[in-house]
Amino acid sequence: MEWLISLIIGVLTATGVYLTLRARTFPVVMGLTLLAYAVNIFLFAMGRLTIGLPAVIDKTAESMNYSDPLPQALVLTAIVIAFGMTAFLIVLALKARGELGNDHVDGLHLAKDELPLNKTENVQGTQLNNDLIDDESNMKQSKQTQSVQQEAN
Amino acid sequence: MSHLTAWPVFLPLIAGFILLLAQMGGLRLQRMISLLVVFGLVVLSFTLLKEASTGAHQIYLLGNWIAPFGIVLVLDQLSALMVTITSLLALGALAYAVATDTDKKGAHFHVLFQLQLFGLNGAFLTGDVFNLFVFFEVLLLASYGLLLHGSGRLRTKAGLHYVVINLIGSTLFLFAVGALYGVLGTLNMADMAAKVAVAPADDLGLIAAAGLLLLVVFGVKAAMFPLYLWMPSAYANTSAPVAALFAIMTKVGIYSIIRVHGTVFSDNAGELANYYAPWVLGLGLVTLMLAALGVMASRGLREQIAYLVLASVATLLIGVGLNSPEALSATLYYLIHSTLIAGAMFLLADIILKGRGVYEDRFESGTAMPNAILIGSVFMFGAIAMTGMPPLSGFFGKVLVLSAALDHVWFAWILGVVLFAGLLMILSMARTGSLLFYKTIPEEASANSSGSQTGPSLNRMALAAVLGLFLASPVLVLFAQPITAYTESAANQQFNPSNYIEAVLSAPAITENNK
Repeated sequence: MEWLISLIIGVLTATGVYLTLRARTFPVVMGLTLLAYAVNIFLFAMGRLTIGLPAVIDKTAESMNYSDPLPQALVLTAIVIAFGMTAFLIVLALKARGELGNDHVDGLHLAKDELPLNKTENVQGTQLNNDLIDDESNMKQSKQTQSVQQEAN
Repeated sequence: MSHLTAWPVFLPLIAGFILLLAQMGGLRLQRMISLLVVFGLVVLSFTLLKEASTGAHQIYLLGNWIAPFGIVLVLDQLSALMVTITSLLALGALAYAVATDTDKKGAHFHVLFQLQLFGLNGAFLTGDVFNLFVFFEVLLLASYGLLLHGSGRLRTKAGLHYVVINLIGSTLFLFAVGALYGVLGTLNMADMAAKVAVAPADDLGLIAAAGLLLLVVFGVKAAMFPLYLWMPSAYANTSAPVAALFAIMTKVGIYSIIRVHGTVFSDNAGELANYYAPWVLGLGLVTLMLAALGVMASRGLREQIAYLVLASVATLLIGVGLNSPEALSATLYYLIHSTLIAGAMFLLADIILKGRGVYEDRFESGTAMPNAILIGSVFMFGAIAMTGMPPLSGFFGKVLVLSAALDHVWFAWILGVVLFAGLLMILSMARTGSLLFYKTIPEEASANSSGSQTGPSLNRMALAAVLGLFLASPVLVLFAQPITAYTESAANQQFNPSNYIEAVLSAPAITENNK
């Protein structure tokens, strides 16, 4: 049984790590969920693997063997927390999808995030910051706004 | 067993529930309750500080279960100090939030704020590793809500990164705690320390690995290299009072390293004694250098202050890594200073941002802001305190840390990095100040802009909150003697974990007779 459990924990962790390193939010959420599963089984196994033994102490049992109840309590706490966090993360990922334009973890990088004063450029004319906004970045920005619009469509 | 010990944890929790119900009574009622509770916390924490300064550990057995079996809350000088810093910072941040109507920008600001304090105080007071994990989750969940309070593209993006990295951190935390429990069979820190000292040689590798895994988790919280990348953008893009309150969040990581690693892997821990310290010191040095470069390369004031916070965290890590009572005492002194001043700087950055209108806090010439002389003077005061120049407390904190470093074998490296990073930070802050306040565009050039003429007039209460936090710096200098005396005794207490272990493990349960 030990090798099976350790194999499961290992595979879950490896897939979890791989998925959390992906660039899109959904695989990241899946990866974190798998990591949470892995850690739950790991915590459970830390109470030692036993079969058919009572939790805490059985009055009628001849031996003093019992399965450790503490890891079970820990797992319960961990499950609840991981569940809540995953729910929150999914909602946040949806919000990010709406606000950032796509589901990349870094979102669409707009030129206006990078360049100072872009939003006042229209108001003020160009006399103040010719040196800051060159044609190339303007072009890049308009391209990106286009792609945002396409995404939206 | 005094019930007072548990109140810093439960007061904000109860207040959180009441605030949720007080929603019906309107924002005014919520503000009053919230301010009252935080003020109560300040009073309470000073009472606890006084109680802790006697040097005895106050143990509170939750549910009246004796120590290794139940969860304990432990009040000693270190935790009392942390709770006090938290409540002072919270008072400043909350006053600012109320003064600037930040709490109007979304629902449940006050509820989340109180739950954040619940998590913070719980993390500072608990004596159980798994309970520490639970309180970490509480404070993180509240911080997710607070971080995303209000809205904005960049805030959402930074928030997403923050949430994901912290969820990974939580998973690692569970792996570490599980491994420690599997080997040692206990979750109580005092019991753990006692068991590590007598652990069989076969288990030492596993214990060491789990301990370093815990260090990674605390490193994520403390923004230690290479796990700091989430931090500057998260702090720079959130609302000002939240950023100010978050100044204590990185210190939770530092505190946890001092508390967990300092207790479990202390001098008494046999072969594993202090094995983590070189890691903390080395990574602290790297973090400090990168933070100084970040300060230089920042494109906006808030980002710059976030990197300054990172630099202060790095200095604290160096102090912890030096691993001597003198260094820890200096670290705690610097911790008080850096937390309160960093909070004030975030608030001040928000005042500057609002004053500059469309230019916000970006580093470029804008029109002169209203009340530039007053705000500029406050900024200069803050910059001096933050970069560690005399005569303010940052200077004394750094001097204390450096003088504790003189005995260390790496002292040349430590001195070099700290002083060079300090120089870079002073240069950048001087550049920032002159850019924001001197290199202004004349009014007529931007007369047709929608800029500063219609900018808001000075919010006096907000400025009062900032000044209140800044007041910590002269107070730390004027009362340096009693404060360093306190941090010294806190450090000595922390470096004698046998007293801690004995106090926790021998704390008696309340029986019917002595109730």
